[in-house]
Amino acid sequence: MSSAEIPAPDRQQAAEHDSRRTWWLIAAWLALSLAAGLVIWFVWYPHLPPGDMTSSARHQQFDIAVLAISAAPVILGVFLYFGYVLVVFRARPGDDSDGTPIFGNVKVQATWIIGTSAIVLWLFVFGTVELIVPAGAGAGEGASPIWKLPGAKTASWTPGADDMLQVQVIGQQWAWTYRYPQFGGMESTVLDLPVNTPITFHVTSLDVIHSFWAYLLGVKADANPLVDNVAYTMARQTGPFTVRCNELCGIWHGAMTSAGNVMSQTTFKLWATAVQAREKADGVLAALPAYALTYDPTVIPQLGKDLVNVAGITGAPGYYYGPGNPVTP
Amino acid sequence: MAIETQPERAEPTGRGPGPAGTGERPWWLRMGAHTGVIGAVAGYFLGHWLGNFLGGDFARSALANQNNVAIVLGYAFAVIGWLAGLGVFNDLFLLMQGKPIPEEPRFLGKEDSGLAKFFRFTLDHKVVGIQYLFGMVTYFLTGGLFAMAIRTELLSPSYHIIGPEQYLMVVGEHGTMMMMMMSSVVLGPFGQYFGPLMIGSKRVAFPRLEALGFWLTPAAYVILLSAVLFGGFPTGWTGYEPLATQATSGMDAYFFAFGLMGISMILAGFNMIVTIINYRAPGMRWSRLPMFVWSMFTVSFLQVLAVPVLVGACYMGLTDRTFQTAFFTNQLGGSSFLYQNLFWFFGHPEVYILALPGFGVISEIISVFCRKPLFGYKVSVAGMLGVGVLSFFVWQHHLFDSGINPDMRPLFMLTTELISIPTGFIFLVAMGTFWKARIRFSIPMLFALAFYFNFLIGGISGVFLSDVPADTTEHGSFFVMAHFHYTIMGGLIFAFMGGVYYWLPKMFGIKLNETLGRIHFWTMFIFFNTTFLPLFALGMLGMPRRVFTYARNLETLNDWVSISAFLLGGSILIFLINFVMSMTFWRERAAGNPWRARSLEWQLSTPPPPENFKRVPVILAGPYDYGVPNALPVADLSPPPGVIGSAYAPVTGGLEG
Repeated sequence: MSSAEIPAPDRQQAAEHDSRRTWWLIAAWLALSLAAGLVIWFVWYPHLPPGDMTSSARHQQFDIAVLAISAAPVILGVFLYFGYVLVVFRARPGDDSDGTPIFGNVKVQATWIIGTSAIVLWLFVFGTVELIVPAGAGAGEGASPIWKLPGAKTASWTPGADDMLQVQVIGQQWAWTYRYPQFGGMESTVLDLPVNTPITFHVTSLDVIHSFWAYLLGVKADANPLVDNVAYTMARQTGPFTVRCNELCGIWHGAMTSAGNVMSQTTFKLWATAVQAREKADGVLAALPAYALTYDPTVIPQLGKDLVNVAGITGAPGYYYGPGNPVTP
Repeated sequence: MAIETQPERAEPTGRGPGPAGTGERPWWLRMGAHTGVIGAVAGYFLGHWLGNFLGGDFARSALANQNNVAIVLGYAFAVIGWLAGLGVFNDLFLLMQGKPIPEEPRFLGKEDSGLAKFFRFTLDHKVVGIQYLFGMVTYFLTGGLFAMAIRTELLSPSYHIIGPEQYLMVVGEHGTMMMMMMSSVVLGPFGQYFGPLMIGSKRVAFPRLEALGFWLTPAAYVILLSAVLFGGFPTGWTGYEPLATQATSGMDAYFFAFGLMGISMILAGFNMIVTIINYRAPGMRWSRLPMFVWSMFTVSFLQVLAVPVLVGACYMGLTDRTFQTAFFTNQLGGSSFLYQNLFWFFGHPEVYILALPGFGVISEIISVFCRKPLFGYKVSVAGMLGVGVLSFFVWQHHLFDSGINPDMRPLFMLTTELISIPTGFIFLVAMGTFWKARIRFSIPMLFALAFYFNFLIGGISGVFLSDVPADTTEHGSFFVMAHFHYTIMGGLIFAFMGGVYYWLPKMFGIKLNETLGRIHFWTMFIFFNTTFLPLFALGMLGMPRRVFTYARNLETLNDWVSISAFLLGGSILIFLINFVMSMTFWRERAAGNPWRARSLEWQLSTPPPPENFKRVPVILAGPYDYGVPNALPVADLSPPPGVIGSAYAPVTGGLEG
């Protein structure tokens, strides 16, 4: 820091003193940052959310760890600096004097600006790579995604082959349903998925905006009416997970959850074909509207009956379940 | 306007209104808040009747059996009646009749000596500032009570005290009250009061717009609260469509109140911009402008440019609900994305409307209590302007998962992260200012330090949110909630509190109790952090916002947060007791310039005289020349007659040197 304003006789001594304690500060900062980085990487990283159940979750976990390691030196630096100056430069009782009038220091300012710009550039490059490489990182990518997960698009899904599993996620007030177009468009209230399979979610809504959030899968995509929002992931481990609604959608938003399971490919195939067969026998498949990427609730006959008709406009007023439903959790 | 030729001031008559002077009517025969209320009530019923008359047949919602047209027109006429009752339109009518506007004692707040002037359409900016101060404290406490209700419900993972509908009502009222009202929490009280004083002006540019801006805030406050009567609104403060179209009549109150507050913000912004550009005293160069004035200047631009988008969105939302347009209904050719875009195009500048005044207040405080010039004045200005400009280019980071423009996400990631550069300038300025300072740990300074502490955490967590993959986990969760409470409550509200302790001695000539003040600070700082730091963890563990139920394993953390939130509320209560008691009973006199501050407002008598300055001052030096040997006083308050401006002002060292 500049000491240009200090009278000449004290100058050299003060400058030496200054530079010595500046170096001490920098050394302490470097040591603490290194320690924090190591702790974050080796101790904290494996436990960071959202875990490592799927490819997208892994990338998010990695991202959060890297960001934490990048942020630690900044936070530590500022806190260390403030802790230092608050002790060293505090006014002693009875001290009425003023501080040293320093109006600025070009070197310090330039260093700061270059430093923060470098950090921002690093964050931008890192974030972009981490967005593109894992095919959108599990986030909703709109109707025509440009970063796609590799996988064969097939009419039916078979285990072992590199087939992309298509799952449609339908949000409505206040429940999630899932349709599997490769299994005759069968519908389920449980989100069962095969492991080690590229999965495409087509997220849409029948009424208001919802957001499909499978926390452990690392997938989050908004569900807008008449919009097909695509998100990708690939499960790496089997196990149960929970789906929650992440966008305020009315009074039972907090209770809009649903269960899911990642299972082995053969178990999944068995489950899906069994559900398909049952729904075919029950007549559910025939009653469901034909599989499409989006649905207009005003023209779905099965749903339209319960719609409230406001002056000729059958918008999306919700209440498919009536105000008392779903029952209090 | 012949401001300087006013006759003598009215005799002080104590608290009572009293028939001071000859020919002055008693307060209840003159227009003021009480006639305003009469006008508002009359207006509401007139509008409601008109709405039923016009739209009774087609606009009755089958869900709620309420006629939204009647409610919206009721609000509109109530506001007009309120303003007419206050006497806002009096001068306008006089002008329309070709009559001259009476010589304006109202400019100076002279007309009323007692409390009555605070309940009237007074045009003195200092009166408006005090009106804002009390208004904002009221709004803040109301919003805070709703927060207490939220935390009470979240004590248990299932619903136990308030039902889901009431919970959403409380969440919406808390969020909206805070976000729309707190946009003026610094600009209102301190900007209006001290802005003109700091630039050496006797008045603001548009006193009527300024006063109108204030008097719209109680209307917006009451209308927003009236949503409670209709069962609230289910959308939170964002008002997303098409949920808003589906909602019952409380939603009308949301749109109307937010739009109304938007108009208030635009008016306040206009007035501030023109005042700062045109009413600076001679010698008050841009390079001598206090940082607080710079922050007001930037914020005003944000308000004038961004808020009209909100007003438009609110208007479209209202027409969707009443005249059954379909701007936001996808099935009918509208777009639910449109509302999100419009809202966040306002909404992101809005969060800097909330943050920047804090930067300004804090910059004033640290310089005074470090007894040092502000380090890198130009850097600080660049930081504020940079944040202001960039804030218009980041709005889609709220929509990373929505599926709009997915290929634009890297760009919005970049712009969002770029904001951390000018924000970093603010930290650089602080760190430089503390170097070799003589730091006084007065209460305003403590709040300033807490501001940097909180804002650093808030800012760093913002970087996590700007990164799309990390945001996929954090978006819409309690992480976001913690993030913006750290920047707004930890930033703005701490700065506001610092401002209260710093400037109250000048505004009222009294100072707040020191001991209670320190207790207030420490409890607020500690319990603020124990409340909001765990919320980052809750969000990371998968708890979405605005839910009344959550996973059972999160109960311990939530209980911790709730209890600590109640203690935080208790800390605000300490502030309230201190504020009320110090203003009424204790009334500890403050010295004229207790902090030995240099900036112009402290050079005036306490409280400042009605006309601010007897003569237009000539500014001689920058406001931050602490510790500069032989520094000139900041201004010559009684320059020789006939001397104008910079011809007289000598070149000085300091900022220009």
